[in-house]
Formats: sequence, C-alpha cells, structure tokens
Amino acid sequence: MKNFILVCAGTACESSKADDIYKNFLAEIEKHGLKDDAQVIKTGCFGFCEKGPIVKILPDEAFYVEVKPSDAKEMVEEHIIKGRFVKRLLYAGDEVGDKENFEASDIQFYKKQYRIALRNCGFIDAENIEEYIARDGYEALAKCIFEMTPDQVIEELKVSGLRGRGGAGFPTWMKWNFAKNAEADQKYILCNADEGDPGAYMDRSILEGDPNSVLEAMAIAGYAVGASKGIIYIRAEYPLAIHRLGIAINQSYERGLIGQNIFGSKFNFDIEVRLGAGAFVCGEETALIKSIEGNRGMPTPKPPFPAIEGLWGKPTIINNVETFANVPAIILKGGKWHTTIGTKGSPGTKVFALTGKINNSGLVEVPMGTTLRDVVFDIGGGIRDNKKFLAVQTGGPSGGVITEKDLDTPIDFDSLVAMGSMMGSGGMIVMNEDDCIIDVAKFYMDFCVEESCGKCSPCRIGTKKLYQYLDKISKGSAVEEDIKKMEDISNAMKLASLCELGKTAANPVLSTLNHFKDEYLKHIVDKKCRSGKCKDLVSFVVNDKCIGCTACKRKCPVDCISGEKKELHVIDQTKCIKCGECVAACKFKAIDKI
Amino acid sequence: MAKMSLEDLRKMKDEKKKILDRREVGENDIVIRIGMATCGIAAGAKKTMEALFDEIEKQGLNETTIKQSGCMGYCDKGEPTVEVKVPGMPDTIYGAVNEDFARRIIKEHCVQRKLVDGGHIFDRPSRDILKE
Repeated sequence: MKNFILVCAGTACESSKADDIYKNFLAEIEKHGLKDDAQVIKTGCFGFCEKGPIVKILPDEAFYVEVKPSDAKEMVEEHIIKGRFVKRLLYAGDEVGDKENFEASDIQFYKKQYRIALRNCGFIDAENIEEYIARDGYEALAKCIFEMTPDQVIEELKVSGLRGRGGAGFPTWMKWNFAKNAEADQKYILCNADEGDPGAYMDRSILEGDPNSVLEAMAIAGYAVGASKGIIYIRAEYPLAIHRLGIAINQSYERGLIGQNIFGSKFNFDIEVRLGAGAFVCGEETALIKSIEGNRGMPTPKPPFPAIEGLWGKPTIINNVETFANVPAIILKGGKWHTTIGTKGSPGTKVFALTGKINNSGLVEVPMGTTLRDVVFDIGGGIRDNKKFLAVQTGGPSGGVITEKDLDTPIDFDSLVAMGSMMGSGGMIVMNEDDCIIDVAKFYMDFCVEESCGKCSPCRIGTKKLYQYLDKISKGSAVEEDIKKMEDISNAMKLASLCELGKTAANPVLSTLNHFKDEYLKHIVDKKCRSGKCKDLVSFVVNDKCIGCTACKRKCPVDCISGEKKELHVIDQTKCIKCGECVAACKFKAIDKI
Repeated sequence: MAKMSLEDLRKMKDEKKKILDRREVGENDIVIRIGMATCGIAAGAKKTMEALFDEIEKQGLNETTIKQSGCMGYCDKGEPTVEVKVPGMPDTIYGAVNEDFARRIIKEHCVQRKLVDGGHIFDRPSRDILKE
C-alpha cells in the first residue's frame, strides 16, 4: 500500500457530504485499478471543522480542505496517479499566500492547537524517565546549573512573560524574584496540584502523562531562588497521578537528577509529595500552606505573601502544575521564543478541559488569543445534536459565562476578566439551549457553599444567602427586588472576603445576571423556565392528541394520571413530581411540557 | 544506579532519541503506545491492552513493543487511544479502541499493512515544539 486517503467522518464533516466523498474515492480507486496502491479510510475529527470536509493523503501529509464529492476524481488522477498536489484544495496555512509555489514542508501549519505544557503527554511513557530524557528532559535544568546564574534564570522568565496558569495570572518571574531576594536559611518550592474546579483535569493529565517536566521545573525554581526543598501538594483523589509522581521521583533520585549534588554540582534539591484531602479552598496558597503544616486548611490574610513568609514562616514559591510544565521548554528555547506565541499581555498557551454539550470534548492546548469560536466550533467540533449555543462557563466557581457576542474575542487572562469571567485553571463547560442559566448558577453556588471554609463571614454567609435566593428563583417564589439584594451581597463578598475563593464566589451570579437578566426575570415575573430544568416552574399537561392508551398512566411512578381506556387522561398537578416519564412513554405527543 | 553527570545525560538522550524517533528500526519492529491515564483506563484501556497482547501473540509478531503513555486529549470520542508505529506505514493514532478493534489493528494494520477503516483514526493534536 503506497497511499492512504483519509476522509474525515467527524460530525461536522459528515453533515457536509463526507460520506459521498468517501464513496467517490472508493469508486475512483476501483475505476483506475489502484486497489493495491491506495486505501480509502474514514477517520475521526481533525479539529478543523470550519474548513471541512477535510481529506488528508498520507504519506505526503497533504491536507485538503473544503473538498467536494466531485473533487475525488481530480485528486485521484493528480495526487495518487501523477504524484502532484491538487493545489487549489490544499490548505497552506494563513501565512502562505502563494499557493502555487509552496513546498511540501509548508503544509504542516494547519493545527489550531499548540502544545507546550502537554508536549509529552500521550507520547512518552510517563513511568520511564529515559523517554523523558530522550525528549530533552533535564537538559533545561543542566543549562541552568552550568550556564546560567539564578538572576539569568529569572530574567529569562521575565522575558518570556509567563504568567501563573492556576488562575489569577500573576507573573511567575515576579514571584520567583521576591523569594530570591528574601533572606532565609531555608526556602521552599511548592507545586499546587490541588486541582478542584468542577470539570477540570488539566493538571491531572500533565502529572499522569509527563510528571518529570514538573519535577525538573521545580528544581529549576529551587536553583533560581536558592531553595533546596520542594513539595508537591496533590489531592488524594488523584491516585494514578500520585503513583506516577512517586515513580518519577524515585527514578530521578536514582539518577541523581534530583537530590544531593545534581549532575555532580553543588546544587541540592529534594522533592516530596504531600496528599491533601481534596478541599477546594486548599488550592488557595495560604490555605495550602496551612494544610501542609498539618493545620486545618484555612487561608490567612496577605500580606505577608508566601514569597516572603510562607511554609513554616520561610520564603515559599507556589506555582501550579501547568505553570511548572511550561518552564523547561522556556529555558531551553528561550524567553523570546515564548513571546512569539499568544498575546502581548499573556504570552504562551493555555490548556483547557473542554467539556459539556460539545461534539469533541477533550483536553486542548491553544495559544493565548485564540477565540472561543475556534475552540468551541473548530477544535470542539461544535454543539452536540445541532442544538443552539447558549454560553461557555470558564473559570469554574470563580468564573462566569461567556455568551455568543464574545465568541470572537481573543481569550487571554485580561480579556476574560473584562468579559466578567476569568481564566481560572482552565475548565471550559459548553452549554446549549437545553441548559438553564439559573440552574448553572445554582450548581456553582451550591459548590461554593460546600467548599467555603467558614473562616470569614462574607463568604460563609454570602454564599449561603446567594444560594437561597437562587433556590427561590428556581422555585418561582422570588420577587424582583431579590435581584438587587443578590447584587449587594455579591459586591460585599467581593470587597470583604478574606481570600480569592470568597472574593470570586459571586462571579457566577454576577456574570449570569449581567448576560441573562431576561432569564432571571422570566423565572421571577413569569414563573417560567425556558429549558424546563427548574422543575417547579414546569407542568405536564395532556393535550387532545391523547387516545387513551394508558401507557403514561402505567409508567407514572406516583400514580397521578387518571382516565379510563380510550378516554382523555388527566394529570393531577398537585401530585406530579415532573419526572417526565409520561412524556417518554407517550407515542402520540399528547403530553406538553409548559 | 550511578548518579548521572551531564555527559551521561547527553549520552542517554542521544541513544534514547534514536529509539524514540525510530531512526534505527528493523523491518518488523512495531511499537504500539496506549494511553493509560485515569480517563483512558476508565474507558477500558486495560482490556484493550490485554487484547493487543493476546492478538500479537496469536499473530506471532515477536518484534512488537507495547508501551503506555498519558492522555492525548481525545476524551470524548478517542478513548482508549492507541498509537501504532509500523515500519513503512504512516504513524497512526486510533481512537475508541475496544477489544475487537484492538485485534483488528494487529491483524489489519500490523500484519496486512493496511489502515483500519471505520472513523477511528485521529490526527496528532499539534506539531511537536521540540522538533522546531
């Protein structure tokens, strides 16, 4: 077999005639007697749906876009038989203007994703340090120790513009510099692996797929700030990540890549793992420190900042897993290289866990400044079941929703804040028309009520009160003035809470109020829920299509449907629990949800 | 194990790179990598791996190595994910590989040297920054 013709059969391409393309290719191959020279195969989504249908021909790596069924003939005759590209269909990248004269090597540039933090994930054996070494592993640490001063390391990070990937986007070099300049006999490097946003699993994937990149970066941080101890704080509910971290730590100790006299130099750096019980607040750095010290995980006021007075009162750097995973690549390729990716204010990439009502949910890493439309409709393949896009929730319980009007805004740390959301750690939950925005806000507030540590009253009481108002709204017992009260509480929480959990906990409410005020009013004034998620605002009623077959009556778990055979049935609204079983059982569309 | 000097590191890197990039492979050296992160395992990657081992033995493909790796990011449609490297064939990533499909990969891709049809092939998610 010399050639392989890959026809995209992803949801988006399939709806644009991928099946006809596939059949035409099969017919052309048959017609020319090429059965032993070329194979036609259907593939999964290429993540480039905007330009679909996609056909890729291997081994030439030719990437054809917007292919029509009628193009199959020319493509077989030109590409397969004569070995010439069909240039009018080739995707040459936005940067290649001259389609007639580009080289084969130019056609690699179609991918929307760009992987720095995930560079090794899925492609090396995470339990074998030698594969990491083969991918330039520990080369960055060696470069720091033998060729750079601690100041130069920090300078390189400053040039790179790397900002903390855990949520707030604080410049990494600044943190490191504070800790470096602090005088102390002992300093600590902490890795925050207490990933806890609903629907987020970026850090887990990095630790399970490439744990050594985090270890190497922690050692680099230790070298830069003068720390000889590192601790990874990870939640116990990540057993496989913990297991692989343990293997990586053992293997790097055995080879002297961490421990005493690394590479025979005078630099020492030890790393250990501490398990957390999985409290969301322990992702907040001061609470994380308290937890490591053996105390209850509760935040303390800042200042003093951990970089000056952190673990056991010593200068401490806390960076998130993803931030660390970027560091070795930046050291090796240079800070300047990093600034060529992403936006001016937020260089580099961001990993997102793309979930919800989307065709291709998955873990994606894109340059900062990519638009939400690219992420959702290209890489994500659009909304499932051809439903209408409603909003994307970013930043978890601290973030907010982004709606249709902001789909084309380039996303980075600053633009998300301007839209009333935030980057957070990178959870991205896509919602469609079937979702109720009140229900979503209620879900996040419920999470915050559970996870508030209770130390400061604005957060402890505020989250509870907000939840009660949302609950009232979802049950149809709220009044319009409640919106004003919710806004007042939210603003008080923002101003007066002790830590970021409380300060941002009201964001899901404020952001949904801002973008979906009409939905709130519909619930409050009309007592209606568009999607039917708020059960108290929905009722099931039998219409005149009912033939009296008793199918619904037999299914109803609370026996609230009455009516004899061949007679119109009636649902007793006082007993109905709105489970929807009757709608599913009815073959005549005789039950309306209103 | 002896502690490594910088020279040792570079030596190991060069040796292992050749293996990882498959620059010196024999006609029959096949490498199969299966995504074994929590998500992959939850989607059935362990059973997939057992099926791969079993079919490799049945087909007598003695020069085949099976390795595990982390998550490639194809959570929804792509787990369990399997990457197949067969000399003379394009490196291929298959998604949603259950036990039956795993056996087809061995029989069709590794033995007959044809890609396995059915919408399971995925593209590498991005270019490799280390090769730039």
